Order: sequence, then structure tokens, then C-alpha cells
Amino acid sequence: MTGAVLRRRLFQYGVVVPFAVLLGFPFVWMAVTSLKPEFQVYDPTKVWSFHPTLASYGFLFHHTGYLRWIRNSCLVGLAVVVITLAVAMPAGYALARLAGRVGRTLGVAIFLTYLVPPTLLFLPLSRVVAQYLHLSDRLWSLILVYPSFTIPFAIWLMMGFFKTIPQELEDAALMDGCSRFGALVRIVFPISLPGILTVVIFTFSLVVNEFVYAITFISSSTNRTLTVGVPTDLIRGDLFNWPGIMAAILIPSIPLALVYNAFLNRFIAGFTGGAFR
Amino acid sequence: MGVVAAQPRARKLRYAAERQGTLAALLITPAVLFIGLLVGVPLVLAVYLSFTDATAGSLSGKWVGIHNFSAQLHDATFRGALWHTFLFTVISQAVVIVVAGLLAHALVRKFPGRWLLRFVILLPWAAPIALTAIGFLWFYDPQASIFTWFLERLHLVSRTNPPNWLGTPRAAMSSIITVQAWRTIPFATVIFLAGISSIPEEVDDAAAMDGATGLRKFWHVSLPLQLPIALVAILFGIVFTATDMVVPYILTNGGPFNSTQVLTTWAFQTGINAGNVGEGAAIALFMLPLLAAVVIGMLFFARRAEVT
Repeated sequence: MTGAVLRRRLFQYGVVVPFAVLLGFPFVWMAVTSLKPEFQVYDPTKVWSFHPTLASYGFLFHHTGYLRWIRNSCLVGLAVVVITLAVAMPAGYALARLAGRVGRTLGVAIFLTYLVPPTLLFLPLSRVVAQYLHLSDRLWSLILVYPSFTIPFAIWLMMGFFKTIPQELEDAALMDGCSRFGALVRIVFPISLPGILTVVIFTFSLVVNEFVYAITFISSSTNRTLTVGVPTDLIRGDLFNWPGIMAAILIPSIPLALVYNAFLNRFIAGFTGGAFR
Repeated sequence: MGVVAAQPRARKLRYAAERQGTLAALLITPAVLFIGLLVGVPLVLAVYLSFTDATAGSLSGKWVGIHNFSAQLHDATFRGALWHTFLFTVISQAVVIVVAGLLAHALVRKFPGRWLLRFVILLPWAAPIALTAIGFLWFYDPQASIFTWFLERLHLVSRTNPPNWLGTPRAAMSSIITVQAWRTIPFATVIFLAGISSIPEEVDDAAAMDGATGLRKFWHVSLPLQLPIALVAILFGIVFTATDMVVPYILTNGGPFNSTQVLTTWAFQTGINAGNVGEGAAIALFMLPLLAAVVIGMLFFARRAEVT
């Protein structure tokens, strides 16, 4: 190893390892706490030495609405993914192929609506959901409202992906007698499958992450989603079941982190490709 | 007739272009409708509500003009919330820029173990923040905080007088800023990383040829080239920090004594908990100028990026 390489490695490990420890440690401590017996978490003499138990995981599955909340989150997530794909795929394609000013301006305009935050819209929407749509405390209210932020986000990503598909491919299909729409369905969408999967993953995780609308629209325990059920229902009176809560956080986080990591490069390509190509 | 016959090709082309335009319009319309109904209409409704005295249970109210806005501007809690929003956003994002910049530079070239370390660094972004924020509620527990445990071992705090992470105004603000920085660093890092990777190797070589090395190369060559993408990440971080309420809501809910009250938590407490929908809408609308500024910034840099 030459001196330059050695110096570079030193810089790389010197920066990355400490920050990885800082950023990752909360998850280590969550895991440790989730394996402790509930009565032991406050014992200052047994911070690291204890008999690991899965009791809290059992409690979570059998005595709380946890599985129900996971089911609710997945249901809403899947429904929103379907709606988002149906609306964003055609729009993203059209915007990617619309040459010149119009397509670009429209694309940026749609993307900017993604920046309008739920914290600005939840008050009027809560009234609309309750009084006009009569969807208070129904999962349908979330399925209806969530596409307002997933669609702009998905259009932006799709636009980035479609731009990387050469126009010549479609032209060839048109030559062979395909209709424009036929070329879209038979040629463009199949090649964009990795991009579409990326949109599915990130849309789903945006939905699972959402908090403001869920806490405003949903009021009964059985209809809660994951992010609202855990902070509101796992606290009994003023008593926190900390090991149970830590388990409840870790269970969805680990699979989400794995798929994030697998699709990260595609996500970045789409995210920055929409703007800079 | 003769003209048309003489230019069949041009006519055909124009016909196709028109058809393509119609198809494009057809494909985009559902998206525009959906966004218009679910973002545009509520936004207008929010503006309308902010000029009324609407309360929970009614969408209409008496028109009160700018009363809600002026009342808030004279309200100490609201002024505090404006200031806290500013602190919360600026400090957390300044930390994010420095840390993410360092991490991105260290991660850009391959080294053994990079995959695993990148995975760990991504965790705070991939896990749902509403859940991990509750985790921090436990890490900040006044009796059993793991942070306190470490600091005691390092003799930085005393066992008899441990820090009350969320219970005193100063500490509470620092605590929520820390969590916000923690959750935003991974996103900024990966976008910065994309910005650095987008610089072609020839540029690096050319810079080396001209004798630019180290900091000088970074300042004059690498930085300007990665700036457009980096700025998008920064503007995003600012918007999502200033307009998000999850971290303050879960960790402190504005307390103690409103010392961590930000615009979003104050709008929620006023509009939902207290039921003053009109006033709550007015508070939330104070986020609009910030959004507008960021949007203008983004458009500006998007155009510059296009030129380069």
C-alpha cells in the first residue's frame, strides 16, 4: 500500500466509523432494551448485564393492537401504491417525452407541490374529510389523501427514469405497427420495471412514515396505523412499556432499511435525474 | 388541395405531433386533477379559514379579516414558535451539511466494509421517524438515559445531578435539534454523494494537471460542480425541517413552558386540540413565505444546473 492510499484509508475510516457508530447506536440500544425484562430497564446496575427475553415481543403480538396496526399500514400502503402508479406512470412518461419548455415547467411545477407540507393542509382537510366525505376515523380517508404527496414524488422519479430510455426504442416499435399507447405498455413500462419498483418501495415507505394526517383523521385504536398506534396506545396511562415499544420500532425498521439499501442507487438516479438531465 | 398534396410529409408530421400532444395531455390530466383537488383546494381553503373564526365542527365561520394574523403576531407563544422554528431549522441543517459533506467525501471511493457502513448510516432515514422519535423519548429518559450513563463514565456529568434532557428549556431544544440532525444526515449524505459522483473523472485529471490539489481543488473545482445537487438536498432539508412536526410533537409537544414550541406544533395545538381552526390555519400559513423563498431558490439553481 502506498502512502497516498494509506492516508486516504485513514481519512475514510476515521470519518465514517465514528459517525456510523453515532448514527447506528440508537438501534443497538433499542435492540438491547427490547430484550430486557420490563422491570429491569430502570436498574442502573444492570445496564449491560441481563438475561435476554423475548417476552416483550410476545406481549406486543398477543396483547396489543400491533399486528392490526401493521395490517392497517400495509393495506393503506398497497392501496396508495396502486393509485399512485396508475396516475404517476402515464404522467411521468408524458412529461419526460414532452420536449422543451412546457414539459420542463410542468414537471417542476408538479414537483413543487410535493413541498407543500401536510402541516399546512391538515386543518382544512380534516374538516373536508369529516363533514363532506364522512370519512372520519376510516382508513379510506388516508387512502384518499396520501396520494396528494406520493403522486408528485412518484411523477418526479418516473420522469427521471423514463428520460433514460432512448426514444429510438419506441420509434422502432411504432415502425413495426405498434400504436403509441401500445409502445408505452409493451416496450416502455417493461424496461422501466426497476424504476417502477423503486417508486413502489419509496411510495410505500412514505405512507408507512406518515404521521400528521394519520393522527388527525383516525381516532379509534383499531383503525390506527403503525406510526400513530405505537406512540398513542403502547403507553398505558403514564406507564411506558419500554421493551415492548423498542421491539415495536425495530420490527418495521429493519426490513424497510434493507429494501432502502437495495434500491438506493436507483432512487438517487431518478431523484437527481429528473432535475439534471 | 394542391398545397396539401405538395406537402404530404409535413402534414403527416404535424398530424403526428398533434396526436402526441393530445396523448400527453390525456396522460397528464389525471395527475393534475388529483393534485389540484387534494393540494390546491385545501390550500385555498386554508387561506379562507385563516380569515374566519371557524371552530372545530364547522367549515365556515364569521369573516374576521386579518384578526387571526394580528392576534398571533402579538402572542408571545407564537413569536417564540417563530424563533424556535428558525433555531430548530438552521442549527440542525448546519450540522447536517458539515457531517454529510464529510461523510460523502469519505464514502465516495471504495474501501473494505463500505457497504456495511453505508447501510448503518442509512438506518436513521429508512426507519419511520415517528417510531424512532419514541425511541429517543426512552434514550432521554430522566432516570435511565443511556446518554447520561455514557457521560457519567466519561465524568462529564455527575451522578447526583444528571441532565434532564427534555425537562429544561435549553436542554430540550438541543435534544430535539440533535434528533432532527440525526434523521436528516443520511438523506443529505446520499444526495451529496450523488453530486460528487456526477463529476466526470476527466475534470479531476485536468485539475490535477493544472496543479490543483487538496483544498484548492475542492474549493475551485469540486465544490462548484457539485453545488447544484447539494443545494437541492439542503433546500429539501430546510423545508422538511421547518414544516415537519413529528420530532417536536413526540419528544416535547412544545414544552417545557413552550420552550420548544414550533409553528407546526403550535398550529396543531391551536387548530386541533383547542379547536380554533381559523387561528390554527393562520399560524400554519406563516410557513408560506419560507416555502416561497425555497421554491424560488430551487428554480434558480435548477436553471443554473441546466446551463452547466
